[in-house]
Amino acid sequence: MKLKEIKEKLDLKVFSGESELDKEVIGGYTSDLLSDVMGHANEGQLWITLQTHKNVMGVASLKDLAGIILVKGFTPDADTVALSKSEGIPILGTEMEAFELSGKLYNLLN
Amino acid sequence: MSPLAIINRAKERSLDIIGVTDHNSTLMAPIIKEIGEREGVYVLCGAEVTTIEEVHILAFVDGSKALTQLQEYLNRYLMKVPNNPDIFGYQLVVNESEEVLYQEENLLIGAIEQSLDEVERFVHSLGGIFIPAHIDKASNSLLSQLGFLPPDLSVDALEFSANCKVDSFIKNNAYLIGNSFICSSDAHYIEDVGRCSTLLEMNSISFESIKEAVKRSGLENLILT
Repeated sequence: MKLKEIKEKLDLKVFSGESELDKEVIGGYTSDLLSDVMGHANEGQLWITLQTHKNVMGVASLKDLAGIILVKGFTPDADTVALSKSEGIPILGTEMEAFELSGKLYNLLN
Repeated sequence: MSPLAIINRAKERSLDIIGVTDHNSTLMAPIIKEIGEREGVYVLCGAEVTTIEEVHILAFVDGSKALTQLQEYLNRYLMKVPNNPDIFGYQLVVNESEEVLYQEENLLIGAIEQSLDEVERFVHSLGGIFIPAHIDKASNSLLSQLGFLPPDLSVDALEFSANCKVDSFIKNNAYLIGNSFICSSDAHYIEDVGRCSTLLEMNSISFESIKEAVKRSGLENLILT
């Protein structure tokens, strides 16, 4: 499913990467431990997290993730947004908590 | 930060003792220690270990045998995720002349597959020093990751970062009173070496006397600029 469609169906806010929403999303990964994502996330997945600092972008880039969704109304740090633009990896957001967002994304993709 | 630059900077900042704690690696420590011995700076060798909970722990051990054992432990449990140097930089071990001896392929900023308790038991089994790092920081600290200091975790001291407002921190975490505290720079850049330090009292400098002094170090020993 395209990230654009997910964004519309889940009513997600876009912090950066408005032009990158045509990406194909093959799954999701929910974790707030960067080392866990480094070790186990897969290319093309959407990462659901509350971590807003720039290291999340480094990890997203390393693993070729489709994008990051920040939960609970969290907003990305300025340097995270800057890296998002240079890496071409969108950052989206929602007021939902991780459990609800993960459930809804899971249902959309399966 | 080159080995020689670190020792020179330590001397400039009048540091008698420094600890070398690369993320999940001990390989640079002996190189820096050798220069320190020549130049009159005592180098505590160890690593900043990232536990599976992503808590950073300062682990120091005495002697090359124990250091090798610590390195082998890290090799064994480090999550094997290939580094991308374009994103995270090159992970190099260099000698005094800054020639590259070794390049670490796996990401050292990841975690090792060992819990806080397991790391504590291992470090203490080697007679080492176990200090949760920068407990006041919002990331990778005991408090950011767990929310509290587990009452049964056997720590030798707790480390504050250079930016910590100690008085208000202690006020907000009063249950920590009674523990030992140190402050250190966590320098990732040469200019940060010595930006804070701890005054340790001992008759002569050795690993054992440092360990004992660390375990007795109180808030009054912290030197924050």
